[in-house]
Amino acid sequence: MFLNTAAAAAVVSAGLRAAAPNAPAPAGAFIDTNVSLSHWAVRRSWVETPALLVGKLRGHGITSAWVGSFEGVLHSDIAGANERLATACARDGAGVLQPFGTINPTFPDWEDDLRRCHEVHRMRGLRLYPNYHGYTLDDARFRHLVELAARRGLLVQIALGIEDERSQNPGLTAAPVAAAPLADLLGGIRGARVMLLNAGSRVLGPVNPLLKRLVAAGVAFEIATLEGVAGIEVLLRANPAARLCFGSHTPYFYFESALLKLTESELTPAQRQALRSGHALAALAPA
Amino acid sequence: MNRRRFLQSSALLAAAGSTARPVAAATPAWPGEDLRKLGYWDIHAHVGTPGPTPAKRMEALVRAADRVGVERICICMSPPWQNEPTPEQFRRSNDDVLAILKEWSARAFGFVYLNPQHTRASLDELERCVADGPMIGIKLWVGLHCNAPQLDPIVRRAAELDALILQHTWIKQRGKGNLPGESTPMDLAELSARHPGVPMVCGHTGGGDWALGIRAIRTRPELHADLGGGDPVYGEVEMAVRELGASRVLYGSDVHGRSFASQLGRVLGADISDADKKLILRENLRRLLQPALKRKGIKA
Repeated sequence: MFLNTAAAAAVVSAGLRAAAPNAPAPAGAFIDTNVSLSHWAVRRSWVETPALLVGKLRGHGITSAWVGSFEGVLHSDIAGANERLATACARDGAGVLQPFGTINPTFPDWEDDLRRCHEVHRMRGLRLYPNYHGYTLDDARFRHLVELAARRGLLVQIALGIEDERSQNPGLTAAPVAAAPLADLLGGIRGARVMLLNAGSRVLGPVNPLLKRLVAAGVAFEIATLEGVAGIEVLLRANPAARLCFGSHTPYFYFESALLKLTESELTPAQRQALRSGHALAALAPA
Repeated sequence: MNRRRFLQSSALLAAAGSTARPVAAATPAWPGEDLRKLGYWDIHAHVGTPGPTPAKRMEALVRAADRVGVERICICMSPPWQNEPTPEQFRRSNDDVLAILKEWSARAFGFVYLNPQHTRASLDELERCVADGPMIGIKLWVGLHCNAPQLDPIVRRAAELDALILQHTWIKQRGKGNLPGESTPMDLAELSARHPGVPMVCGHTGGGDWALGIRAIRTRPELHADLGGGDPVYGEVEMAVRELGASRVLYGSDVHGRSFASQLGRVLGADISDADKKLILRENLRRLLQPALKRKGIKA
């Protein structure tokens, strides 16, 4: 197991060097910031193996995908879920899948999960599910987590939801995470880097004051749940400084739904490049 | 805009054949050429895009539609959105759609918005907009559960006029979160059972709980599943085709609340045959609308 893990870490590390901080985006770089492995509890996933996922992503030109594990949402053995994620990405990720480990700051000794993500698995980022893990973003433990991640140069991805609240199985409900506390929190944490996943219309409304506050605080976003006619174009017109990244929320969502959003919106070459890789690479860079 | 010009303006075609956007060059031609050239028909759209007039709002919608290959758009309702509109309010909403049709009849089909709480006024509006006007379908939203008897005269007149009925349905928190008059696919199946042979469209097919919606309409061959309006969750298209057959499944976007893209992506990305995708993206709706189009002398 150790050998597997060590080999995994080496491969992951090699893969990440291609996206080194502050390096210019390689020609054709296309990063999907919101991908998951394993099965979500109430849906069948088409990703029976990581190789299937890699094939789909590569087929559409994705050069790097930031991958969390749905196991991290509901399993109590998060350290095991993170290890399996790292191993799968290293063994079957073909240099495309980059693991983002899960941390639950309500668990005992969660700080060691964070340490392992960084030191053992050589991950560049973490993924949080506050609504399923039972805390809010004004929780002191969350603040401490962001501080520790910042010291290690880790990007923190926060999933504000996984599925539409209206359609959740009554046995597995979770209200969307309220992002408002982030706007004030981040100003006080040096080096903090945060990206919101599945932010949806509660945050990604073009004239939403909360969006403007989060943009000003340096938060990054992705487009999986950005809707509306020419939604990217409209959002960027009203918020040109928004660090908007490509994200598909696949395999829970059809990957192609996010991809076509790039076609529906009229974007400048600079906006397109920033969406495809520029903002994502910047989110990984040291502050 | 004629079909040739439409195809020329399609950004999907441009992306496949042009090098004007080098950053996109790494993306392979997608979808396949046959599907790109198809010209999609959208069963479910609202013209809520900004603009000083209804026609200008439609122009913004068409610009986005062109980029992703949507050729024909069934439009209904106009802002402000009113759950239980008075007759005066739904007439105003329909006036906007009529204004759009004057300028965009080559791209848009009109569906008249009715509120069955006001049955007599709804029947009068059906005469104004469909029998005597250019619209070819009916949109029913959340005014009244669609299994209510007040809908029967509307359905009977719709059948006489060959007007296709699009009924909104959703299942929120297993029905507990629905609005007071908001229908479920189960309600629509009840209505359909009273009107055998009358084709209707199950708007959203229950929304996020589409797996229940598909089951609910399975035994009513007149009911067609509108895929639009919910999150593009993997599996819906595959289940709809498996349980209903591809000929009963329709692409719908529910713009402007949704994007064309997210809803198209679920069909284009589904694990079904290209032949089934063609049915869903164009041919099924075209077939369903033919009687009404023929009545109006519209060739499409």
